[in-house]
Amino acid sequence: MSEPILQVKNLGMRFGGIKALDELDLDVNSGEIVALIGPNGAGKTTFFNCVTGIYNPTQGDVTLSPPESPVIRLNGLKPNQVAEKGMARTFQNIRLFQKMTVLENVMIGRHCRTHSFIFGAILRNKSTRLEEQETIEKSYQILQKMGLEKQANDLASNLSYGAQRRLEIGRALATEPFLLLLDEPAAGMNPQETQELIKLINRLQQEGQSILLIEHDMKLVMELSHRIFVMDYGRRIAMGTPEEIRNNPMVIKAYLGESADA
Amino acid sequence: MISLKESKRSALVSLWFMFLTFPIMVIKVDAIEKTVIWRWDNMFYVGFGSFILSIFGRIFFERQKHRRERKLAEKINKHNLIQIVLREPKYLYPLATAFFLFAVTFPHLFSTYQINVMTTALMYVVLGLGLNIVVGVAGLLDLGYVAFYAVGAYSYALLNFHFGMTFWMVLPLGALLAALFGVLLGFPVLRLRGDYLAIVTLAFGEIIRLVMENWNAFSQGPSGISNIPRPGLFGFDLTLDQAITYLYYLMILMVLITIFVVNRLQNSRLGRAWVALREDEIACQAMGIDKTKTKLTAFALGATWAGLVGVIFAAKTTFINPASFTFLESAIILAIVVLGGMGSILGVIIGAIILILLPEYLRALSDYRMLAFGAIMVSMMVFRPQGIISNVRRHYQYRPQKGEQE
Repeated sequence: MSEPILQVKNLGMRFGGIKALDELDLDVNSGEIVALIGPNGAGKTTFFNCVTGIYNPTQGDVTLSPPESPVIRLNGLKPNQVAEKGMARTFQNIRLFQKMTVLENVMIGRHCRTHSFIFGAILRNKSTRLEEQETIEKSYQILQKMGLEKQANDLASNLSYGAQRRLEIGRALATEPFLLLLDEPAAGMNPQETQELIKLINRLQQEGQSILLIEHDMKLVMELSHRIFVMDYGRRIAMGTPEEIRNNPMVIKAYLGESADA
Repeated sequence: MISLKESKRSALVSLWFMFLTFPIMVIKVDAIEKTVIWRWDNMFYVGFGSFILSIFGRIFFERQKHRRERKLAEKINKHNLIQIVLREPKYLYPLATAFFLFAVTFPHLFSTYQINVMTTALMYVVLGLGLNIVVGVAGLLDLGYVAFYAVGAYSYALLNFHFGMTFWMVLPLGALLAALFGVLLGFPVLRLRGDYLAIVTLAFGEIIRLVMENWNAFSQGPSGISNIPRPGLFGFDLTLDQAITYLYYLMILMVLITIFVVNRLQNSRLGRAWVALREDEIACQAMGIDKTKTKLTAFALGATWAGLVGVIFAAKTTFINPASFTFLESAIILAIVVLGGMGSILGVIIGAIILILLPEYLRALSDYRMLAFGAIMVSMMVFRPQGIISNVRRHYQYRPQKGEQE
């Protein structure tokens, strides 16, 4: 594993007097699956929001080093710029475009990789047509990968819960990210759906996709991740391989409280 | 069909109505005789009428519920008749041709008055389609749309008054100016959504109107600008009748162009971005869509159509003053979009024709016009909130070899 592609240094986020994130360090290497865990309210989603530009962090640095291009500082960029630089995310509470079809949802993900605008849309010249065609093709391929191609023309709101989660991942993949952020992808899934999700994430990793995920499902985390970061009260309390984390007394304390007999 | 419990409820409703209307329907003071007249028979009518209406209402809702349940049980995925017709070229083309032929021969069959009315209706079709981009597709509730209409109309009137510019020179200029104003309005409201956006756009519409009304040196105030020339036709002199017919054909052309452009915009990368913005702003940004650019283009493109129609409006009436651009105008255009079906082109066209032609032909009942208008709007919202024709998302076909879309 070479240079980290995402490097977060000393990240802090304050909401008034509350320190939601406090001097947090984190890094993701290329091709790696990294998990971020922690009890409820530890600041994991705030961390995602800071990294993807939805919040502007009050302190610290977030830098992205895409393969074969210079380092990009992400602080202060807008969410759409972050997506353009190559980092896409999913949301904890599913945020699909409910009244659009499944295929269209993925096509939206292609937006930042395509360029046609008003005149292209009206004149529908050759380059626009080719672009549209490519958008449809690529989106369809992503749907096939997610196992959703049969529902391509259904409304997103008509999908089952697990399928909606997969569609969200597909939509994020359509932006061609080199780092994929998944916010609790297994939340609300039944064991079988979780098993399928594990397979899916594994397959993505084998294709070279780097992934940073937040998850509460310990089975998924332990099975998938190469490294785990543990947060509590906005601070990083531990970092290491799944085995190290499993036996870390700090982590056990954060999750189970003081009497760490288990 | 109606249980005892239901009729009891209806009886209660009618009692309540009798009580409510008692002061106005029953008691009448005769000012001359200085006596009170008790009109008990009115009370009976009110009670009976409300009882019957309530019973009918109950039956209706009961049926609706049954029907909905049945639909859910069968899980029919079929679209309604209109959608079937729209999908099938076999039905669509002859129908479209028939409509087109009717539109073309219209001026030869009807009187000048009818042509004038139809031209107005067509103008509202274009206005509705323009606002549809902003409200229906991009989901930005704009209550000040008439401002851009005014910008178009005044740019023709003033440019003609001061510089003698002709209709055809101003038409693109008016559109451009309106688009500019659209961006101007767009900037401050980028962060606003829903109710707040509605209030600011409402204020914007009023500002434009008030400026026109009070800045006498610029716009001649409430007395307006008159003697605006009608559109020219390669220097030919047209009689009044001919000019009206000419304007009608111009509007037909305009409607066709609008439908073409709006349809293409809706089914493009930009159109998808608008819908995504309507559905979820945060997710939309996280997927790499520039919110600022997308919103501003929606405002600008919506305003462009209003500007174009504004220029035509000034040329049609040959006189404009601020009274033509009140909030009521915005409300009517918005009603067209909502009644017709947000985001649906055909729906908006039908909505515009209904809302503009009905009041025109119901002039005999003009006292009750607003009442009927209100009743239609309320019943629409209750029984068919998605509008006359709801928008159906486009289906894309994928063929592995060629990747052609249908």
